[in-house]
Amino acid sequence: MISRNGQLLRISAVLVCLLLCTAPVAHAQSSRQTIETVLPRVVKIFGAGGVKNLESYGSGFLVSAEGHLVTVWSHVLDADRVTVVLDDGRRFDAELLGAEPSLELAVLKIDAQDLPFFDLDQISDAGPGTRVLAFSNVFEVAVGDEPVSVVHGVIAATDELSARSGRYDVSYTGPVYVVDAVTNNSGAAGGVLTTRDGQLLGMIGRQLQNSQSNTWLNYAMPLSELDTTIRQIQSGDFSRNRDSESTEFDDNFDSIDFGIVLVPDVVERTPAYVDAVLDGSQAMAEGLQPDDLIVFANNRLVHSCKAFEEELGQLQPSDDLTVVVRRGGVLLTISLTAPRTLPQR
Amino acid sequence: MTFPSSIVRLLLSVGACLCVVHVSEAVDSLVLEAERERVAIIERISAPTVAIFDDAGTNGGSGVLIRQDGLALTNFHVVKDLGPFMKCGLNDGNVYEAVIIGIDPTGDVALVQLLGRDDFPIAEVGDSDTVRVGDWAYVVGNPFLLATDFTPTVTYGIVSGVHRYQFPAGTILEYTDCIQVDASINPGNSGGPLFNADGQLIGINGRASFEKRGRVNIGAGYAISINQIMHFLDHLQSGRIVDHATLGATVRSESDGSVTVDQILPQSEAYRRGLRQGDEIVSFADRSIRSVNQFKNILGIFPNGWKRPLVYRRDGEKHEVMVRLRPLHSRSELMPQRPPMTRPPQRKSETPDGEGEDGPQPPIPEIPAGHPLAHLFKQPRIPDEYADLYEARDGFANYRFNRVARDRISDEISSLGEFPAGSWRISGKRSNDEGFEVNLNDDVVALTLGSESFLQNIGEPFQDEPPGTGGLIAAMHHLRLMLIAPENRFTEFYYLGSEPLDGDGEKVDVLIATRGSTTSRWYFRQSAGTLVGFDTETEPDADPCEVRIIEWQTNDGRTFPSIFSVRHSGEDVGEWIIEALTIREVGR
Repeated sequence: MISRNGQLLRISAVLVCLLLCTAPVAHAQSSRQTIETVLPRVVKIFGAGGVKNLESYGSGFLVSAEGHLVTVWSHVLDADRVTVVLDDGRRFDAELLGAEPSLELAVLKIDAQDLPFFDLDQISDAGPGTRVLAFSNVFEVAVGDEPVSVVHGVIAATDELSARSGRYDVSYTGPVYVVDAVTNNSGAAGGVLTTRDGQLLGMIGRQLQNSQSNTWLNYAMPLSELDTTIRQIQSGDFSRNRDSESTEFDDNFDSIDFGIVLVPDVVERTPAYVDAVLDGSQAMAEGLQPDDLIVFANNRLVHSCKAFEEELGQLQPSDDLTVVVRRGGVLLTISLTAPRTLPQR
Repeated sequence: MTFPSSIVRLLLSVGACLCVVHVSEAVDSLVLEAERERVAIIERISAPTVAIFDDAGTNGGSGVLIRQDGLALTNFHVVKDLGPFMKCGLNDGNVYEAVIIGIDPTGDVALVQLLGRDDFPIAEVGDSDTVRVGDWAYVVGNPFLLATDFTPTVTYGIVSGVHRYQFPAGTILEYTDCIQVDASINPGNSGGPLFNADGQLIGINGRASFEKRGRVNIGAGYAISINQIMHFLDHLQSGRIVDHATLGATVRSESDGSVTVDQILPQSEAYRRGLRQGDEIVSFADRSIRSVNQFKNILGIFPNGWKRPLVYRRDGEKHEVMVRLRPLHSRSELMPQRPPMTRPPQRKSETPDGEGEDGPQPPIPEIPAGHPLAHLFKQPRIPDEYADLYEARDGFANYRFNRVARDRISDEISSLGEFPAGSWRISGKRSNDEGFEVNLNDDVVALTLGSESFLQNIGEPFQDEPPGTGGLIAAMHHLRLMLIAPENRFTEFYYLGSEPLDGDGEKVDVLIATRGSTTSRWYFRQSAGTLVGFDTETEPDADPCEVRIIEWQTNDGRTFPSIFSVRHSGEDVGEWIIEALTIREVGR
């Protein structure tokens, strides 16, 4: 999953860092001050979730004094009401200004003034060997006026995440900071990675597993990959490039290959309701029923029929497909497996 | 992530060459100095760190010595299945016998005593209130029972959060006001010490957040603050099963960020001091309250029975009261091996050894057959030479320690002289010159105050008589019993622990004496051992008659109060001057 491009560049970055990394003592002494500066700029986010393995909380960080904040595009935001809690305990309902799923990015707005914030003109880049701090609301340890948690570590590598990672679909394809500390736990997504002196480096991403070793990744997406889009969403002139997006997706499988008939896809975001389940199909055997609303597929939020078909399109033969459906107010998890061969079309 | 192996080899070789050059030429002297300091601190903090095992060596955790005679702290969940005696290894390579003293199942703390030396290495106790996020911290202990020679494992990290509240996980166990660290806490670390950068003890490691990555550290561990444990230390030394406290009121957050009383027990002292539903809690125990968790945090660090100041606001007006905290649990709830309650689905952390886990548990690390230590653990459960150090009794972890402490403290009473049973007459006057006389024997108490008389048969429930004193006649009755022979005259007579007198005074040891439904708390200065006074409540949840002894007199070889003051329900009832005590012995 590591790109071979830019090897020389990275090797030289390592060399430079080894040479430069000399005075950790001075850094440690300023940690308290750094932390005191960063903590009020990181927020707790509460929204959808709460069912097994889907936490209903996350993290975010402020990028303007007027309450613009950045977080990860995730199921937590799929709620009628998303609440943002500042480090001083103040609570706000947040408005979703815009999102760029290919960057795993969402920008929210709360109605507040004079907030401390990260200046996007002051973001930094760093290479392997850089000592870092990670701030996030891991495990919802903080709920009210408690500040979020901070852990320390070192950037172990910088490299690109590929678009696929096992059966999880990672739409972000840019570079990431790989960290030696456990930064990506439940609720950490949307938190920040900073240098020891508080320079903003990256946004902590969703929990992802390495498909080859099955280990969990500890990484953050560099702010320099996100800041242009953040500014565009913030200023209101952001529009996703739909053409390039639609060409990215394969169509290996359709819902019909699992025995699922969705309702007719008539509007832009038709909810992914099951219209019928084919007799003798896998979906019927696993208990899927008409009128079930598909809300997640392989941990990805399904906001429309189209989104569901896109998820299925990317499956490889024999891949697992875990769908979460809402039936009469209850969320149910149903496990399916893609056919062993690609369908003939 | 996988690197192409050629790149890995290249990086490793280039890195190795660079490191050699780098170290020999250009390591900052500050770095070397910091390293030397760290090595010295680790040496110092390793010595008092204890590896705890059961007799079979199959179960255990960590601990830390805090007193040279062997007093050591650990987690309750480490010792709860070990029985009264356990084995403790130190980094001198020796294994010591240890006996349980007291347990705090709610706070997950246990006190044990290592035996056989009076010069154990000890940890310097720090002040956990000074800990700040970002401070360096050391976790020391025996994760995965790795140390075959008991040299503890040291992990190093930073403080990730302070004043953390961790919901109960499966049991009554609840971590309040705890310290969150990113230094590794793994199975076997439980009960071991957390040190600050100066090597001072700031907490006892006991929980960690575990999730999909398995039962190993994932960067969020929690330690019980040492300041909380120090509040409970004398209670733990009492050999009892120690309880935490409740105010008798629940609180909730309002939309404006204030915290108000949601529900309040009419039986609670908080209610009797005027607190009502809807009142805003401004501060509690001198810390301002801005969230429900903060309130729970503060409540969690004090033992049941302590008095703490509470400031509440109603209609814009602030009221400051002193409130005695109530027990959080009933006695039966605190007994070990109670069935687990269901736990909330979110925000849980767990003890690294599996406390509160409802799924399949990975086994606690075991000493495998053939392990170099295996022979150490084939000894009888109760070592003969120490068998007298353990006494079982309901409500106690080890009754022997209570008996010894109680007898030591109540020696002060014996030293006041020989007080025979029989008919007692105490006479004197009040500060307003009104005369009084109290007549006491085994059947009746009579008190005459000016022209009024109050009569009480022993065995009938005591009343608030004279009215407004909270039951001074009951208090005088208990004083007589105490002076004659407390062990024989009370149905319960035990050492409770210590508390700040009246909430903000000096530290006093507390003895509890109960007869019928009437209970007295006896306060002895920790510094000098002298009796300061006592509170007598005529029945549970009644405001007590608070007697404080101001002056003593000695007549006929008997030392007796000459002036005492009385308070009741937060009001002064004045001073009482005793001019004479006469005792007519039975049969004379």
